[in-house]
Amino acid sequence: MRIMHRLTATAAVFGLCVAFSASEQASAQIKIGAVLSVTGPASFLGDPEKRTLEIYVDEINAKGGVNGQKLQLTVYDDGGSADNARTFATRLVEEDKVAAIVGGSTTGTTLAMIPVFEDAKIPFISLAGGIQIVDPVRKGTFKTPHTDKMACDKIFADLKARKLTTIGMISGTDAFGKSMRDQCVVVAPKDGITIAIEESYGPRDSDMTPQLTNIKNKAGVQAVVNPGFGQGPAIVTRNYKQLGIALPLYQSHGVASKQFIELAGPAAEGVRLPAAALLIPDKLPDSDPQKKVVVDYTKTYQQKTGQPVSTFGGHAYDGLMILTEAMKRAKSADGAKVRDEIEKTKGYVGTGGIVNMSATDHMGLDLSAFHMLEIKNGDWTLVPGT
Amino acid sequence: MAELLQFVFSGLTVGAIYALVALGFTLIYKSSDIINFAQGEFVMLGGMVTVFAALAGMPLPVAAAVSVIATTATGLALHRFAVAPARGATPVALIMITIGASIFLRGVAQIVFDKRFHSLPSLFGNDPIKVGGAAILPQSLVVLACAAIIVVVLWLFIERTMLGKAVIATAANRLAARLIGVDTRRIVDFSFAVSAAIGAVAGILITPIALTSYDAGTLLALKGFAAAMLGGIGSAPGAVVGGLIIGMIEALSAGYVSSNYKDAVAFLIILAVLIFIPQGLFGRAKVERV
Repeated sequence: MRIMHRLTATAAVFGLCVAFSASEQASAQIKIGAVLSVTGPASFLGDPEKRTLEIYVDEINAKGGVNGQKLQLTVYDDGGSADNARTFATRLVEEDKVAAIVGGSTTGTTLAMIPVFEDAKIPFISLAGGIQIVDPVRKGTFKTPHTDKMACDKIFADLKARKLTTIGMISGTDAFGKSMRDQCVVVAPKDGITIAIEESYGPRDSDMTPQLTNIKNKAGVQAVVNPGFGQGPAIVTRNYKQLGIALPLYQSHGVASKQFIELAGPAAEGVRLPAAALLIPDKLPDSDPQKKVVVDYTKTYQQKTGQPVSTFGGHAYDGLMILTEAMKRAKSADGAKVRDEIEKTKGYVGTGGIVNMSATDHMGLDLSAFHMLEIKNGDWTLVPGT
Repeated sequence: MAELLQFVFSGLTVGAIYALVALGFTLIYKSSDIINFAQGEFVMLGGMVTVFAALAGMPLPVAAAVSVIATTATGLALHRFAVAPARGATPVALIMITIGASIFLRGVAQIVFDKRFHSLPSLFGNDPIKVGGAAILPQSLVVLACAAIIVVVLWLFIERTMLGKAVIATAANRLAARLIGVDTRRIVDFSFAVSAAIGAVAGILITPIALTSYDAGTLLALKGFAAAMLGGIGSAPGAVVGGLIIGMIEALSAGYVSSNYKDAVAFLIILAVLIFIPQGLFGRAKVERV
């Protein structure tokens, strides 16, 4: 009987302890918010981003969390709408009281949310490409993806290395093609490149030979650059071959996927384009600092989701890691301290490149984030020295 | 000169695609006065089903046949389950139904297939034929030839067969056609099936040039519809001529004016033509009998 009593008492105390520690843990969680375009037209961005955040929040928690506290992730789906994004942003701040935000899949949704997070002084790491997010620099807003401007710079640097300075440009009139075209036109004079002729095509056009004929007949053109996304660049590449144009052809990071080689077929031989390390994990030399992180991320993502990896999920990975590293250095989840530490991020090796932030640079990537690739025998090869 | 020839070749390539898509509109319109906005989705299905059947290991001709059969069945189902039950409705309501069907088919294709772009190999390879300094792909000529064959077959069918006459009768007066023993429902069934088959063939033949994806149908249908209107809706030769004219205008204005405005130039000319010849180039003016 006595033993029974003692057992019950022990059990009760034990139970209390468990209950106590559980409640303590619940109160000591770090809340991280995300507003992503999981459905809708930008779902190709938001879907891998959401999956990535979920996979790695679980992984971090399994390893004991950050500063001994578990992470709690709240994801809202804005469906690609900037209006919804702003509503959810307010909800994250006022109801969920999150410590930091990762996400904003598109430049539009990000720009709509910035004022909300800046007012609340909550650190915000966007996953969108637009340069407007970090230019001008805002106190608490950061971003992980490279910009179109960097892709232009990378292409132009490669052109200069080949001593080519006069180009023809043909771009898609879709959002991506337009944005990159605008950036390229701005940076071309600074990079010493002259755009002698400019042509465009609609996102669904099936033949671009008239535009390419005009470029071909323009005197002095030494190379052709095609900012574009989707099937347009594949058709441009085929038409290029059809017309027998012998000048070097540059595509953008917008088509840096195996699919482009499949669609363009043999015409893609010799085409060059800038791409992030994440697309070519097995092509990187072992000495490349990014090799380990991109191989690991690719393996984890494909294993957990059964889907091919995309750079967009990689941006979410980088955002989460930069944030949690900053929290570890700050030894707290306090908004102001974490913000200061994010800004001090130096030498973080991520899927998108090596990040060195500063008070004037809230992205922290340089041209080494892109690798110049050339298509040879139906596969990517790294152009030496890039 | 080589320049002009190249623009003309481009116009032929693009125009032949529009023409083939436009042809699909004619038969359904002829038999039922409905403009079928799901026609673009038939074209998309033709390409996508072939791509995925080939990926599943079927030889290409078999994959193409499977795709034509599947698309024809889809066309039949569209009529049986969506259009026919609303028989009494006005043509505008029926057109709405086809728009709904097109959105539905696009959504299904997105789930059943994927969201990526796909291509098919060309019939006669990718080596361009060079004429006077300009180059055209053999596949463009295949598309053009196929459009011509479809026009001839449709003409023979309408003019020379009893079934063809029944289609005309159904179009002219459905009640009267039924009174003389035409099974009008069958006739419209038939025209949906054949239009879907034409769409599928178009999809298979243009995919090597224009590539395809689950949402390829929308813009193709828009251009094809414009071509059919320009040529006179319901007229098969009109559809082909309309398609070629639009393709040619686009190519020439991209070449000589500005590639930014080529669509605007094309649609401006269509507008002008339709203001002065509302029934289109080959269409017969509609006479309301009292």
